[in-house]
Amino acid sequence: MDLTVDGTAVDESSHVDRSLRDRAREELREAAVRPMLQKPGPGYRLLVVALGAVVALGLAAFVYQFVNGLSVDNYSDDAFWDVNIANFITIVGIAYGGAVISAVLRLTGASWRAPLVRIAEGTSVVAVLVGGACIIPSLGRPERMWEFFTRPNFSSPLIWDALAIATYTLASIVFFYLPLIPDLVIAKQTMGDRAGPLRTLLWRALSRGWVGSPAQHRLLGRMTGILAILIIPLAVTVHSVLGWAFAITSFRPWWSEELWAPLFVIAALYSGIALVIVSLAALRHTYQLQDYITDRHFKRLGFILVPFGATYLYMSVADFLPGSYHGQPGTAAVFRTLFVGAYAPWFWIVIVGGMVVPLLIIALPQTRRVGWIVFAAGLILPTFWLNRVLMVIVPSTYDMINGTFGAYGWTWVNISISAGGMAAVPLLILLLFRFVPILSVTEIEQLEGEQLVSEPLVSEQLVSSERRVWLGQPQEELS
Amino acid sequence: MTEKGPEKNASLSASLLDSSTTSLGEVQSRSNDGDRSQAVDPGDGAEPRISRRRLIGVIGVLGLGVGLGGRVFEDPSAASASGQLAAAPSLRKKTRSQWMMILDLRSCDGCKTCTLACQAAHDLPKETEWLKVYSTVGADGQTSYLPKPCMMCENPPCEAVCPVGATFRTDEGLVLIDQDVCIGCRTCMAACPYESRYFNTSPMPAVPRQPFPRSPEWPVPQVVGTVGKCVLCAALLPAGKLPACVANCGMGVIYIGDLTTDVAVNSLGNVIKISEFLRENDAVRLKEELGTNPRVYYIPGHGQDLSA
Repeated sequence: MDLTVDGTAVDESSHVDRSLRDRAREELREAAVRPMLQKPGPGYRLLVVALGAVVALGLAAFVYQFVNGLSVDNYSDDAFWDVNIANFITIVGIAYGGAVISAVLRLTGASWRAPLVRIAEGTSVVAVLVGGACIIPSLGRPERMWEFFTRPNFSSPLIWDALAIATYTLASIVFFYLPLIPDLVIAKQTMGDRAGPLRTLLWRALSRGWVGSPAQHRLLGRMTGILAILIIPLAVTVHSVLGWAFAITSFRPWWSEELWAPLFVIAALYSGIALVIVSLAALRHTYQLQDYITDRHFKRLGFILVPFGATYLYMSVADFLPGSYHGQPGTAAVFRTLFVGAYAPWFWIVIVGGMVVPLLIIALPQTRRVGWIVFAAGLILPTFWLNRVLMVIVPSTYDMINGTFGAYGWTWVNISISAGGMAAVPLLILLLFRFVPILSVTEIEQLEGEQLVSEPLVSEQLVSSERRVWLGQPQEELS
Repeated sequence: MTEKGPEKNASLSASLLDSSTTSLGEVQSRSNDGDRSQAVDPGDGAEPRISRRRLIGVIGVLGLGVGLGGRVFEDPSAASASGQLAAAPSLRKKTRSQWMMILDLRSCDGCKTCTLACQAAHDLPKETEWLKVYSTVGADGQTSYLPKPCMMCENPPCEAVCPVGATFRTDEGLVLIDQDVCIGCRTCMAACPYESRYFNTSPMPAVPRQPFPRSPEWPVPQVVGTVGKCVLCAALLPAGKLPACVANCGMGVIYIGDLTTDVAVNSLGNVIKISEFLRENDAVRLKEELGTNPRVYYIPGHGQDLSA
C-alpha cells in the first residue's frame, strides 16, 4: 500500500482499515530515516570521497593563497574583484530558494509541501553556510575579519551585508530546526538502538524534551509560523543588500544599476528553486523516496519556477536595454563586450541556456516531465554562476579612466577554491541527512488528513466552472 | 610621527568644521570670483544651499550620528572648488595645511619620471603605479599625457564604503589608509572612480631603512593583502619637503600646494598663488560631475579630452 500525498492513492487509503494505515505510517517512518539505516553503497562512498577530495583541494588552495598572497589567484589591479565574489553571491543566492519556498507553501497552507520542506530547508541551511564562507578567500587579510564586529563602519554596505547574511543564516537554521524537533523523537523511536550513540546523544540534546503534548504542538506551530513570516523579508533583505553592495558602492558601469537589488532577489529565488529540484531528484533517487516525492511535486515546483524565470529574463532585458541604447561610454563599452565582445559566448549561454531554454522546457507540455524539469534546473545552476562571474569580472576589469579592459585569468588556485565551494554544498547535504530524518514525518502525518477532504472537491469545482466560461455560457449559470 | 588615534577622532570634527567653513567660504567666494564658481560648478545655487547645509549639520548633531548623517545626506556639490580656494586662513581655525596638487599638463611630456620616483620613494613593485601616466592620442594625432595621483577627494567615496574604517581623511585633507586595519576586501577599489587604489597582491620584499616608521602617512613597506595608494608623501609635507613626484619632475608639471596659504610650488622653484593660477589657466578636476570634490587640479594642455 502506497501512502502518497497524491490525491488518488490517498483516497484509497482512507477507506482501508487501521492496520494498513499503521503499516503505511511505519513505512513512512522507515523511509524518513533510510539515509541513516541504509548501508552506504560503493557509488555513494565514491561520491562522498570525490566531493570530499574536491573540498580538501579547495581548502588547500585557500591556505596556499593565504601564505603567498592573492597574486597566485591572478588578482591584479586590473581585476580587483573576481570569481571568489561570484562564488559568494551565487551560493548565498541559491540558499534563498529552499527556505522561502518552504515558508511560502507553509503560509499558503499548500498541503503538498510536506514531503519537500525538510530537503528544501536543509539545502538552504547548507548553502548559506557554504556561501558565507566563500567570501573569506576573497579577502586580502581574512584573519582580520573580526573587525567587522569590533570596528564596523555603518555607512559601508558591506557591514549591512555581513549583518543581513548572519541574521539570515541564524533564521534559516532555526527554521530548519523547529519542525525537526518532533521528527528527532520519531526517528529515535523508529531506529531504536540502530541509531548509534552519536545520533542518540545529538538527538536527545536537540529534541529539548519533546513529548508531543498539545501545548508543545501549539507552541511549535506558532513559532514555525512566525519564522515562516520572518524569513521572507529577511531573505529579500539579504539579496537586496548583496545587489546594493555593488550598486551603492561604485560608479562603475553596470554595477551602478538601480535594478540590481530586485534582480538579485528574483535570480536568487529562481536558482534556489532549481537547487531544490536538483536536490530532490538526487535524494529521491538515492534513497528510493518515489512514494513520497512524486512526479507531481516536480511539476509544481517547475510551475513555480516559470514566473521567476520569466521575471529574471525580463529584468535582465530591462537591465541591458537602456544602457546599451543611450550609450554612456562606460556602460556601452561593458555591454558591447558582453553582447559581441570577448565575453559574448558566455553571455549568450547565460541568456539562452539559463533563461530561455529552461522556460521552454517547463512551458511545453511535451517536455514537462521529471527528467526534463530536473535537466532544466540543472541548466539553471551553472548558468546562474556564470552570470555572476560576468557581473563581477567585466565591470571590475574596466578602467574608468581610459575605458580599456584589463586582463583576467584563471589559475589552479581560484579554480580549486571555486570547485571546493561548489562541492561542499552537495557533500554537506548528503552528510546532513545522515544525521536528521530526510522527510518531515510529523508534517506529512498531520497534513495527510486535510488533503483527503479538501483537494479533490476544489479542483472539481474549478474545472467545471472554467469549462463553462470557455463555452461562453451565461454568467448566471455559474452562480 | 603618526597620530592615528587623534586623527580618526578628528575626522568627525573635521567634517563638521569643514561644512561650516566651506559655507562661509562660499559666501566670500561669490563676491570674489563669482565667474569661476559658475564655470566650475554651474549647479551651485545661491542662498538656499547654504541654509540647507547648515540645517543638515544641525540634524547630524542632533542624533543621526555625525559620521553617518554627514556622509549620507551631505550635498557634495555644495562645497564648490572656489569656495575651498578662497576660504580665508583665519576661518580655518584648527586646521593646519590643506594640501592639494596641481598638474600643469601643458608641459607634461609623459616621461614617467614621476611614476618611477614615486615607486622608488615607497619601495613599490614595478607593476604598482600609484602615480600612473595615461596617454591618449587626440584627434589631431598628438599624444597627450595624464599623470594621475590620488585625487584626495573632499568627499571620498572610498572612505564611505570601507567596512572597517581603515580609510580615513585627515584634517589636512589627506585621504589615507591604515594598513594595520585594512582587511583587503577591495570595496574601496570598486568605489574609487579614479582607479587610484592598488592592491598588494604579493608579500613585499625587504626595504632599506626608512626615514620614518611605517604609518598611514609613510606606508613603507606596504602590507601584503591590503590596499595602498598615493599618500601625497604625507610624511614629507610637514617637514617642508616636496613629494617625490613633485621633486623629480624635470618639467615642473606637478605643483604641491596648501589651500590655507593659497601657495603652490613645483620642482623648478615656481611659486604660484593657487586661486589666481587656477582661474587664469582654466583649471579642471577629473569627473567633476560625481561630486567627489578632488583636491587635484589639472591645467589642460593640447586641448585633449580629460573627462574620459
